[in-house]
Amino acid sequence: MEELGHRRSRIAVLIATVAIVAAACSSTSSSPSSAASTGASSAPAPSTGGSGAPAPSSAGGDLTGQSVSVIGTWTSDEEKAFRSMVAPWEAKTGAKMNYTGTRDLNTVLTTGVASGVLPDLAGLPGPGQMAQWADSLVDLGGVLDVPTYTSETAPALVTLGTVNDKLVGVFIKTAVKGLIWFDPKTVDLTATPPATWDDLQKAITDNKSKAASPWCLGVESGAASGWPGTDWIEDLVLRQAGPDVYAQWYQGKVKWTDPAIKTAWTTFGDVVASSFGGSATVNATNFANAGDPLFKTPPGCLFLHQASFITGLGAFKTATAGTDYNFFQFPDINTQYTGAVEGAGDLFGMFHDTPAAKSLMAWLVTAPAQDIWVKIGGALSANKNATDYPDDISKRSAAILTNAKTFAFDASDLMPSAMNDAFWKGIVAYIKDPSQLDSILTNLDTVQADAYAAP
Amino acid sequence: MDPRLFTAIAVVVGVPLVLLGYIVLTEQVLRPVPDRRRGTVRPWLWLTPALVFLAVFLVYPTIGTIIKSFQNTSGTEFVGLDNYIYFFTSPSTLGALKNNVLWVILLTLLTVGFGMLIAVLVDRVRYESVAKAVIFLPLAISMVAASVIWRFMFLYAPPGQPQVGTLNAFAGLFNFGPFAWLQLQDFSINTVLLIVVMAWMWTGFCMVIISAALKGISVELMEAARVDGATEWQVFRRIVFPLLLPTLAVVATTIVITALKAFDIVYVMTGGNFDTQVMAQSMITQMFTNGNFGRASAVAVVLLLTIIPVMLLNIRRFQAQEAIR
Repeated sequence: MEELGHRRSRIAVLIATVAIVAAACSSTSSSPSSAASTGASSAPAPSTGGSGAPAPSSAGGDLTGQSVSVIGTWTSDEEKAFRSMVAPWEAKTGAKMNYTGTRDLNTVLTTGVASGVLPDLAGLPGPGQMAQWADSLVDLGGVLDVPTYTSETAPALVTLGTVNDKLVGVFIKTAVKGLIWFDPKTVDLTATPPATWDDLQKAITDNKSKAASPWCLGVESGAASGWPGTDWIEDLVLRQAGPDVYAQWYQGKVKWTDPAIKTAWTTFGDVVASSFGGSATVNATNFANAGDPLFKTPPGCLFLHQASFITGLGAFKTATAGTDYNFFQFPDINTQYTGAVEGAGDLFGMFHDTPAAKSLMAWLVTAPAQDIWVKIGGALSANKNATDYPDDISKRSAAILTNAKTFAFDASDLMPSAMNDAFWKGIVAYIKDPSQLDSILTNLDTVQADAYAAP
Repeated sequence: MDPRLFTAIAVVVGVPLVLLGYIVLTEQVLRPVPDRRRGTVRPWLWLTPALVFLAVFLVYPTIGTIIKSFQNTSGTEFVGLDNYIYFFTSPSTLGALKNNVLWVILLTLLTVGFGMLIAVLVDRVRYESVAKAVIFLPLAISMVAASVIWRFMFLYAPPGQPQVGTLNAFAGLFNFGPFAWLQLQDFSINTVLLIVVMAWMWTGFCMVIISAALKGISVELMEAARVDGATEWQVFRRIVFPLLLPTLAVVATTIVITALKAFDIVYVMTGGNFDTQVMAQSMITQMFTNGNFGRASAVAVVLLLTIIPVMLLNIRRFQAQEAIR
């Protein structure tokens, strides 16, 4: 009995000791994700049926039996839309796409780039991240019909996908940020959208009695909590300080404590203070459901600031465009900078240039391919010739993007990821306690000094 | 044939074959060895595969991590103690360190304390196995799923709206709140609430092990004490508790490691916001979000060093026991 007890505890100690060591070092040496490992195994051998170099967009040749591994962030509805975008290509070429959708794309690709276990094609989290992986990405100059791609795509997007004169990323869909949504049944600004920030404040004062509070806001988004607030700050910086300061800011040349940036934060602070439910609600509400109080009776708020993709989320999904909701563009603050629009998009890059991967990539940038998703809704095309929008709302938001005098890409997506992460966290902390603004901005300055330094 | 089927067959048939082959091989190797020395050589030969695995998957990564912790972001040059200096000066990692201390202390107290209490109490009831099964169940739930479940417990809606979160709905019955539980930074209330989630999961584990040790205590011993006039409390304090101590130490060690590894709950429930960040999570952020291998490794090394004292304590206790025998 005694003997057994001792042996048992000895084994337990042994197990515990092994567990201790394992616990301490397993985390950094963790194996590449299973999602990524599907990539290498499915890379097909060079095939005779492949169409070879510059594949014209519609061609593809016979790729029967071959497969392409793709990783992206799209899941559920978005994944369905993406799959239907690929379906015609599969039918035409006979090849197959193995798609894995993961919200943890960054982790999968970071480990993948370090270990070499990568998918053939992948969605990329943003231009900043893409630049860090540029060496692992295939130069698309030999994959796409570049002159056609350039002529069909906004120059700003082409530039964003280029690192050291190498085209490594293409956009297969875009979104326009900084739209302000409202319920026309509560307050109808369809005909008279506020042209300036002051007009908007007046509209808020005039319609005060119609809703519990002027703004709806929700920044909860799991590990990325805070990003809807970064869009606010970006829109404000762009219109208060202009595109030049905006560019210098995301390049790390303007400090966070700079008055131009700080003003944007305090303006955002006013919005937080007048938002539905107050700061605790803002931090506790998921961005997808942030606009739901718009449609409540009595309405919880008058306005919601969100990108064009909100129409596919939350209560918007079941509401009718035009009658239940409508939008106007973020108004000018300093008229000097009229016409600046913030946008974002989904980048796509190639890690293995197999014939099938090349063929799929060439298909994804074409107008007929992008029209498929555009028609389903929730996406704007990157290809100018894809204009099959399902309703007036998406048509108008697409027009904003194409008519923009200055196109500013989402600044936080352009910052180094450490900066971006700190930005998100700063937003959450600021919403929680606005009096901490100075220490939050000083902290962001410290991160900035550190994150932009060469590795 | 489906390649997966092939893999499955290869594993089911191949692995035992290789193992058998290895044993046969060791006997072949041992043949020239003189009879009386075979006994000393054989265990080492049998241990070799395990040692190789240990070296490749444990020792090598540990050394690699330690080296990386002195290198820059991408591991191209040495930067001395920079990564450690960052760790011990940056407010966010220091906050993580502080929270981890809270995790270690509170989680250990809660799980071992309640585990022992429940083990001792259910020891005397007829439906012991049912009660134990129910308390053990949460451990079978994945951490992420548990976090999602508890998010609903802590859910917050602004005053005047229907409170869907269990805790706020309950508080509402007494005209309290609602509170945004996970945002309550004062006195680290939100961190404590996250620890409660982990404690909910791991109390069952502690209970099962302590309960097993309890069964191992001889009944005669307790009978004798009772005959001598000891109260139930004295029996527990003077006999049961000292005999449980070695087990409690092992359980506590496991829980301390669990607390230091805490990641999923924080990641899912707060994302490290509102001052709830922990070390494992700052390691993941440095590694996968920021791509900074040096700093991530430094955090890993600090974690390793933190655990060593606990490990030593356990080994010493174990040696002391051996000495008694």
